[in-house]
Amino acid sequence: MPPVIRAENLTKVYGDLTAVNGISFEVPRGESFGLLGPNGAGKSTAMKMIASVSARTSGVLEVLGLDPNTDGPAIRSQLGVVPQEDNLDQELRVAENLISYGRFFGMSRADATARATELLEFAQLTDRAKAKVEPLSGGMKRRLTIARSLMNDPQMLLLDEPTTGLDPQARHVLWDRLFRLKERGTTLILTTHYMDEAEQLCDRLIVVDQGAIMAEGSPAQLIREHSTREVLEVRYGSANNAVVAKQIADVGDRQEILPDRILIYSDNGERDLAEITKRGHHPTTSLVRRSSLEDVFLRLTGRTLVE
Amino acid sequence: MTTVAEIRERASKSRRWGWWYVTELRLREMRGYISYVVTSSIGNPIVYLLALGVGLANLVPQGIEGVPYLVYVAPAMLMSTILSVGAEEGMYPVLSGFKWHKVFFAIHATPISPGQIVGGFLFHLMLRFTFTAGLFFAAIVAFGAVPNSTGWLVIPISILGAYAIMTPLAAYAARLEDDSGQFALIQRLIVMPMFLFSGTFFPISQIPDWLEWIAWVSPLWHASQLGRVASYGMSEPIWTTVTHLGVLIAFSVVGAILMHRAFVKRLTK
Repeated sequence: MPPVIRAENLTKVYGDLTAVNGISFEVPRGESFGLLGPNGAGKSTAMKMIASVSARTSGVLEVLGLDPNTDGPAIRSQLGVVPQEDNLDQELRVAENLISYGRFFGMSRADATARATELLEFAQLTDRAKAKVEPLSGGMKRRLTIARSLMNDPQMLLLDEPTTGLDPQARHVLWDRLFRLKERGTTLILTTHYMDEAEQLCDRLIVVDQGAIMAEGSPAQLIREHSTREVLEVRYGSANNAVVAKQIADVGDRQEILPDRILIYSDNGERDLAEITKRGHHPTTSLVRRSSLEDVFLRLTGRTLVE
Repeated sequence: MTTVAEIRERASKSRRWGWWYVTELRLREMRGYISYVVTSSIGNPIVYLLALGVGLANLVPQGIEGVPYLVYVAPAMLMSTILSVGAEEGMYPVLSGFKWHKVFFAIHATPISPGQIVGGFLFHLMLRFTFTAGLFFAAIVAFGAVPNSTGWLVIPISILGAYAIMTPLAAYAARLEDDSGQFALIQRLIVMPMFLFSGTFFPISQIPDWLEWIAWVSPLWHASQLGRVASYGMSEPIWTTVTHLGVLIAFSVVGAILMHRAFVKRLTK
């Protein structure tokens, strides 16, 4: 089966700024694919090109087998888009937002109304159907935006920072909804700067920094390749962290010294903690945890900073 | 698996009717403030006609250019009302679609093209202008201020005039990153003077020569003069009439082209 996205040396330049710098990747149908990176890494720009609203500067891009430069509207008829900032129509009520959006895809009013009813149920907004949009909570607005993006029964859903700005509870509700879509086989493409979100939702992801791909793989794969099994976090107070770090530099496979704590990477955090304590360095707090994408990212961007 | 041909086929309806879907959306949005549109469309002409037609007309018993003052001023008042609606619609609703509510971006994420967004926006405004102009026209007819049978032409003329002022403003608004007082400035330094020096209440021959140029670059003056020709057969050389029409068409066409360009640029950045 051909991939739903194929990018080869995809590049976007704005004046002096190269927002996306020759990235190449493929996404097979049904996959949940993530672009992980800090703000300004070029994720949103890449998303706009995939969404077929922004033309690439150079390189190759195929979405659903079509070139966005020549078949933009046709591609967009098959996509669902959840932008970073909600752009719901504040002049319309909740259900009307969905119905009028369905019309843009050429749906009849009757079909659009039926579909809207279904999706309000999915987005847990049925009781708000006639409400105004403005007073809805951030989480509700996001769910409404997601419902809207599903009006045309898209082959692929693009989500740009879907949970940024939401409280933890609202995020979990949203993740649950997205997970259901994933289970149904919808291809999800999402950008995020939350590592836990990427771990929860992505089958595979690329780590992007300064417009370039730094690593690619499944979350587990990336952690295996770029980090250790466990991480020991110890704190000695911001004034002492650097001093203590020098004296325990040989503990663990590798260390990252952050302003507020020291991270010690190894296969056995408890053993390392015992070793440090034996040497008389009692941390004010300590924590042993499994490696996460956060550690992968730290490792990878640490490298670029050194380069 | 959907084939390329099937994907193109699915978008074909939107490619043909997209502009109408945009119009439909704008009309649906208008339901939220329809009472404002209706009240102002009915209230405006009545207030104007009472104040000027009945009040001011008493001060000018001899009329102007051989017709009663009310007949002289009525078509120009209609133009001034519809053109100010045009100026209004060309500013905040456009910037809002890009900046605050970002509705244009939401629409562009679907198969709808920037050109269709512009087309739907303009077509919706034609309906809006027609509605308000129609009510105004009914009011001036009721006041006996439209002697000629060609008087109804003031409606299409006012729509053209409204486009002439609206499209250049929309082209400008679509390029604005933010409104830090530009709209208020346009309102005070361009729109207001235009309304004062466009021969609405008195012929431009009454204003000093060095200010007359304002009328010549003002869509309102051209629309008002055309309206007078249609409404009571104001006599002027044919080439002047053609010029009025030409200027309004030029403003509208160039404005629409610039507006389209600005929309494409902002939506596809």
